[in-house]
Amino acid sequence: MESVGHITPSTLSAKDLPWQIVWSKDKCTLCGRCTAVCPVRAIDLGPHRKRALSVPAGLESRPANLFSIYHGIDQRTDPAHACVGCAMCTLVCPNGAIAPVRSDEIDKLRFHVNQNGEPRRRGGRRNNPDSVLDKIKFVRISMLTDPALDAGRHEFELRTLLGRVLPPEEMLKVSREQGWMPPVREIYPLIIGSMSFGALSPNMWEGLQMGVAYLNEELGMPVRMCTGEGGCPPRLLQSRFLKYVILQIASGYFGWDEIIHSLPAMKEDPCAIEIKYGQGAKPGDGGLLMWYKVNKLISAIRGVPQGVNLPSPPTHQTKYSIEEAVAKMIQSMSMAWGFRVPVYPKISASSTAMAVLNNLTRNPFAAGLAIDGEDGGTGAAYNVSMDHMGHPIASNLRDAYLTLVKLGKQNEIPLFAGGGIGKNGNLAANAAALIMLGASGVQTGKYIMQAAAGCLGSEADRCNVCNIGVCPKGITSQDPRLDRRLDPEKVAQRVVDLYVSFDTELKKIVAPLGRSTSLPIGMSDALGINDADAAQRLNIKYVL
Amino acid sequence: MCRLFAITSNEPLSPMVAINALNVMKEGHDGSGVGLFLTDLGGEFEKFKNEPILCGIFSNDGIKALDRFMIDLDFMVKYKLSFRPAKPAPAGTPKRDNYVIRVYEYPADWEGLTREEIDFRLMMVQLQLRQMGEKDDSMLIFSFWPDVIMMKEVGDPLMVADYLGLDRKELSARVILSQGRQNTNYAINIYACHPFFIQGMATMTNGENTAFVPIREFLMSRNFPGYAGYQSDSEVFAHILHYMQNKLGLSMEMYKHIITPLKDEEIARHPDGTLLRNLKQACRPLIIDGPNCVIGCLPDKSMFMVQDSKKLRPGVVGGRPGIFAFSSEMCGLDAAIPERDINLDDQPMKYETVLVRRGRQEIEKWNQWDTLPHLH
Repeated sequence: MESVGHITPSTLSAKDLPWQIVWSKDKCTLCGRCTAVCPVRAIDLGPHRKRALSVPAGLESRPANLFSIYHGIDQRTDPAHACVGCAMCTLVCPNGAIAPVRSDEIDKLRFHVNQNGEPRRRGGRRNNPDSVLDKIKFVRISMLTDPALDAGRHEFELRTLLGRVLPPEEMLKVSREQGWMPPVREIYPLIIGSMSFGALSPNMWEGLQMGVAYLNEELGMPVRMCTGEGGCPPRLLQSRFLKYVILQIASGYFGWDEIIHSLPAMKEDPCAIEIKYGQGAKPGDGGLLMWYKVNKLISAIRGVPQGVNLPSPPTHQTKYSIEEAVAKMIQSMSMAWGFRVPVYPKISASSTAMAVLNNLTRNPFAAGLAIDGEDGGTGAAYNVSMDHMGHPIASNLRDAYLTLVKLGKQNEIPLFAGGGIGKNGNLAANAAALIMLGASGVQTGKYIMQAAAGCLGSEADRCNVCNIGVCPKGITSQDPRLDRRLDPEKVAQRVVDLYVSFDTELKKIVAPLGRSTSLPIGMSDALGINDADAAQRLNIKYVL
Repeated sequence: MCRLFAITSNEPLSPMVAINALNVMKEGHDGSGVGLFLTDLGGEFEKFKNEPILCGIFSNDGIKALDRFMIDLDFMVKYKLSFRPAKPAPAGTPKRDNYVIRVYEYPADWEGLTREEIDFRLMMVQLQLRQMGEKDDSMLIFSFWPDVIMMKEVGDPLMVADYLGLDRKELSARVILSQGRQNTNYAINIYACHPFFIQGMATMTNGENTAFVPIREFLMSRNFPGYAGYQSDSEVFAHILHYMQNKLGLSMEMYKHIITPLKDEEIARHPDGTLLRNLKQACRPLIIDGPNCVIGCLPDKSMFMVQDSKKLRPGVVGGRPGIFAFSSEMCGLDAAIPERDINLDDQPMKYETVLVRRGRQEIEKWNQWDTLPHLH
């Protein structure tokens, strides 16, 4: 017998994979839940033949082989079925008999996830736990120079503005002349970032919407959520809850047929329109909804056939220059709602962002700019785009703010920052840091998925199967058997939990800084970092 | 915490009235600076109501440079009050060569200029001189404006006043703003002494304005050269007032609406809610934050007091027709006008602005909930 059977270049052992399944025969009850729940079928329940040598005492019987069979777990090692580390097996195991363990060395799988010439595509994040935002500290504590505020007892005004704000002189002139005043929304500075109906399961979407509605109507927190590029269910479009929604239009225009047709039936204007030109996770690449997730419901809302890949073009195909792309679309969208709805572009963080920003300063209809940094998440993208393309948010946002300060327009065009906020769990601290660097507010998606729905993704390439519709928590799948694992009511409850706790944490940050009457946008004197280069780049204090 | 005292009187008063009131409130300031703003002048300066008065501290070289600069601009000295104290300087006060108050005659070619242009040029002269002096510390310039005298120095107010002989008869004014500084937030810098002055208006503040940096960025990006300096976070109170009056053309009733606007829910219930909301949004970077009592003087010699949005600082106004005082502490007011009816004293609360006009007949009071004066 050969010691090795048939091998190919892509024949791997469990050791070559990023995650190894550790299974205990002693604890396993062979219930089969782990194999049933595994989203990528990385484990099989199979028979194992075992040989033991039996050497009886005395000379009467000869030593002999004893063969036995036991049933247990096998880890599959082909690239298509490599364990993704989601640990759903651990979650469902009644005896704690099984768990994935991160490999102690860099895996070999990465060299083989391009079978048939298809580079790796996945959902998730950049898989890099580094975060400049986490390193920023709030160093200007007004403890004794003036009595600190009490986060629990004082009143705080933490709202922000979304919309083009006229300079005071012009505002007064327009007011006198009863001219057109651009629409401005007073909103909570933490926006649920664009995650589409399609990328998210119906239950997840419903849960988010219910949470947002509760925050607005019961707690008085003007929280807004962006739809992402996937349209919006008609029932929501024609409800009074639309005012809590930012509708996104992107290069695939998915869902916009439905939205335009619903216009006459809308009871409320949406909060705003976000025109997506870029996404931090995959700059220069369009949205992608893979065929696995395009079921009947999704195809109806998006106006496309079922079961086909839906790659949005990298950019809006009908436009050919920045002036065209930005100015015309902003104007068209503004016109669709009678200039009553703020319209702003979202771009991926990039060294070219300043050109877009400068352009916006000259466009009186531009209601703001959302910038999405490289740490942003996505439901589906090429691995190479996620890992290597893009610009960190901190310096890009800071540059944008200081550009506006130079022009004296820092209050006129609100900047919204996204991408990696709360990536390591520090949502309020990251948000406050960006606000003090100059953001009017922040957008976050991944944190919401993790906190509100228990997304298993991490910065260690865990799970990341959002793209193929097998989300084991039912967050990003379109399979009803998976979706039902997620209870929308529970998601809504968690959305409320996380917003209320965020609010408390934000107050715990701004109160010691002596800020309560307005959001401390651009209060860079409060920030310090123990990295001299970063301090210089961000124009904040270097502290050791 | 700094101590603030201001007085407005039909009869010209010696600045010592204010200095003595500061002295009563002494436990609240540490002598890291004293500042005085005098206007509606009496004494010798009453004759020069319209001519600009330059106030500052000069080294001997600075005086020469000043003379050269002003002669080049064709400014002629009409009257001057310079002092070179003979006594040893009090502890903490640097030895200076010359304290200067000079009245100038306008250059001949300024005749026929609009008031606005003259005001702008006066400010520019002040800024240029300050800039010249910053290179070698040869000049410290506090004001250059008709009917305004300002003095600032490091040290205990009473000792400095005694050292400079501020009880001299030439110096008297109907409106006096004074501050005894408790320097907590920044290094001792004479330009950080209150009151702050810009084009005829002055403010002084106690407490810390933690929204300073974004406000400074906003003002500095207005392309107005006067919005400069900012050695203290309190300087922005004067500049916001200036921006509101001179750039936006809004009256004093709107000051509170800009620095401490009503909350969104309150605006929704206000009769002028739409305008107030727009104003709050447009002037968002001018919203102050922190415990602040602001006392100021407008170009029409009205004196006012406002508080931060939570009213975290004391502040009292009292007096009788003909004389009113504004003080950060009650004991300062008691020392200056003991014979008033204390039942008529007013401590403005978080929505209020109190103001005493030049006629000095009564304390006017506005509330942010009041209907606004018609703007158009």
